[in-house]
Amino acid sequence: MAGKTHTTDAATQNRESHPVTLSAGQLATASNDTGYVDCGRPLVAVVAPMVAAVAACLIHVFIPNGQNLEPTWMDPISVWQQPYPIVLQGLFLVSLFLALLHWQCLPARPWVRYYAPLLAGAMFLFGVDDLLSQKLAWLPWPFFPGPGMVLGCSIEDCGIIFSSTWHSLLLLVSGYVVGVCMGVLTGVLIGWFPSIRYWGMPLLKVIGPLPATAMVPAVMMLSNDSFIPATALIGFAVWFPVTMLTSSGMSNVRLSYLDVARTLGAGEWYLIFRVAIPSALPTIFIGLFMGLGVSFLTLIGAEAVGVPGGLGNYIKAQQSSMEYTKMYGAWLVTAVLFSGLITCLFRTRDWVLNWQKGVIKW
Amino acid sequence: MTATPGEPSPVRGRIADAAALQVRDVCKVYPSPDGGEVLVLDRMSLSVRPGEMVSLLGPNGCGKSTLLRMIAGLDQPTSGDLRLGNQPITAPSAERGLMFQDPNLFPWLTVRRNIQAGLVARGVLREHRHEAEEFLRLVGLEAFADVYPHQLSGGMAQRAALARALVNRPAVLLLDEPLGALDQFTRMRMQDEVVRLWQTRGTTMVLVTHDIDEAIYMSDRIALMTPRPGRIDRLIDITMPRPRQRTSPQFLELRTAILEMLNFAGGAKDGSA
Ligand SMILES: Nc1ncnc2c1ncn2[C@@H]1O[C@H](COP(=O)(O)OP(=O)(O)O)[C@@H](O)[C@H]1O
Ligand SMILES: [Mg+2]
Repeated sequence: MAGKTHTTDAATQNRESHPVTLSAGQLATASNDTGYVDCGRPLVAVVAPMVAAVAACLIHVFIPNGQNLEPTWMDPISVWQQPYPIVLQGLFLVSLFLALLHWQCLPARPWVRYYAPLLAGAMFLFGVDDLLSQKLAWLPWPFFPGPGMVLGCSIEDCGIIFSSTWHSLLLLVSGYVVGVCMGVLTGVLIGWFPSIRYWGMPLLKVIGPLPATAMVPAVMMLSNDSFIPATALIGFAVWFPVTMLTSSGMSNVRLSYLDVARTLGAGEWYLIFRVAIPSALPTIFIGLFMGLGVSFLTLIGAEAVGVPGGLGNYIKAQQSSMEYTKMYGAWLVTAVLFSGLITCLFRTRDWVLNWQKGVIKW
Repeated sequence: MTATPGEPSPVRGRIADAAALQVRDVCKVYPSPDGGEVLVLDRMSLSVRPGEMVSLLGPNGCGKSTLLRMIAGLDQPTSGDLRLGNQPITAPSAERGLMFQDPNLFPWLTVRRNIQAGLVARGVLREHRHEAEEFLRLVGLEAFADVYPHQLSGGMAQRAALARALVNRPAVLLLDEPLGALDQFTRMRMQDEVVRLWQTRGTTMVLVTHDIDEAIYMSDRIALMTPRPGRIDRLIDITMPRPRQRTSPQFLELRTAILEMLNFAGGAKDGSA
């Protein structure tokens, strides 16, 4: 399996987990050495996306609708030119390009073989969803619209979805940053200084677990402008796990590291910033991941119950007006946004904790 | 007690200004798990001359590590007095380096940055950066300077730890079974390395070891310790010239003598110390 690396010399130390460039010599062992897991059969991997794209397209175009759809703006357009089939056609072209790349460009091979089956799987899921809802109507309209309806109707609202996304992102990032800064600060203080720990820990245990969304109505009363209270709310929700994990990481530093540092002439400053915090970083990152998860929940929850604007608000509104297609569309955008943020955090961690590579398996 | 001063070792430069290490009547009591107290060191005394290499040889649990930690300033004695020169030892300081059996390199720093740690901690990296490079070279790790510790072999990691401990040019270097985890070949090579660094630097060294050959090969004096509560049982001067031969008759004779003192010579001897 890839991922398990036995690095013993300097030459291999900088190996990336996602290398895109490989020399021809390395290709002999490409599937084992690149960090990409191969799905097994190269031919299948490369052809599958094209097959999936064609299949999904054929399902959508040629199987008659089973659901009793309401009229939409797409009705006058030929089915081949509606958004969903156009996207599938585009994905078919992408698949074709990937196959050519695999054929012609040796360095890209492991990369193609890694991503092609995932792409095929995604399109396969769309096809199945289409079949179950819109085409065979095993799932009832309007609660389960097919991908064609979701995409088509959401495009109508793309302006407002975009501005809601921007609004949510801004709120999320500012709340998260505030929460993380406060959390790391209090975590370091509580984890390092016993007297602060004595008072801080009970306080933390009492107020930390309060659900932030329950405070929305009260917090919204405080100010006309919703941005600052909402930021504070998300910050509070993030603060708790970050503080907990940071303080736990700080107080679990290996004592021998501190002893060594002291005999090297280290003062308190060095012990905190150059020993305890670096050694606590892996734990701190767990707190950052938990905080990110909590911030998503708090954001959507807060927007749904009262903070104006944003994706949570939009989703709630579409739900109330039974516009389920648009609601799913906004869900999809939310999912992509959140997973993008999680990916960013993963990348940051990989970069900051570069030294852990080879010590533990991620 | 045969604490007669031996001949000072010949190959030594700047030791005149170094200070002697004095351990006087030190007792150390630890709380025992059952709620009582354990006397780990009982009125232990030892004096180490400037630039000398002294080995502490004794059974497990006799308090060797405890003694080194107190000399390093990491622990305080229950009673008694520790001094370096005229200064009482009260807290850790860069003039007393400590090296453990586990190299304890900071895993988040590269080898070079680990070796620079002491300079950073004292805030003198800018002025003394070249010294870190010098020690990197002295322990033969230039090629591994930018590698993280987990990529080093045991011997290399221990050499890096040695360089890190030496970079502050401590007056005293305390070594707690530093080579204990290494295989026999690596260990013998590292012994030569430590002796070489000791001879060029003139650092006072206190070496805890389980290995009788290592003690004879490296030290000016060997202090045999009693089982708990620990104290010095005998001091043995090693006057053999350096570089020493592990196979010389003198060496083997000394080895036999020490084994007999420890009642490990074999045969059916009465085992009371
Ligand atoms: N921090 C401590 N708390 C309680 N007992 C300790 C502590 N450190 C050492 N001891 C006890 O002191 C004794 C001597 O330990 P140590 O100095 O490590 O022995 P050595 O290094 O000679 O093997 C051991 O019995 C150990 O259990
Ligand atoms: Mg010990």
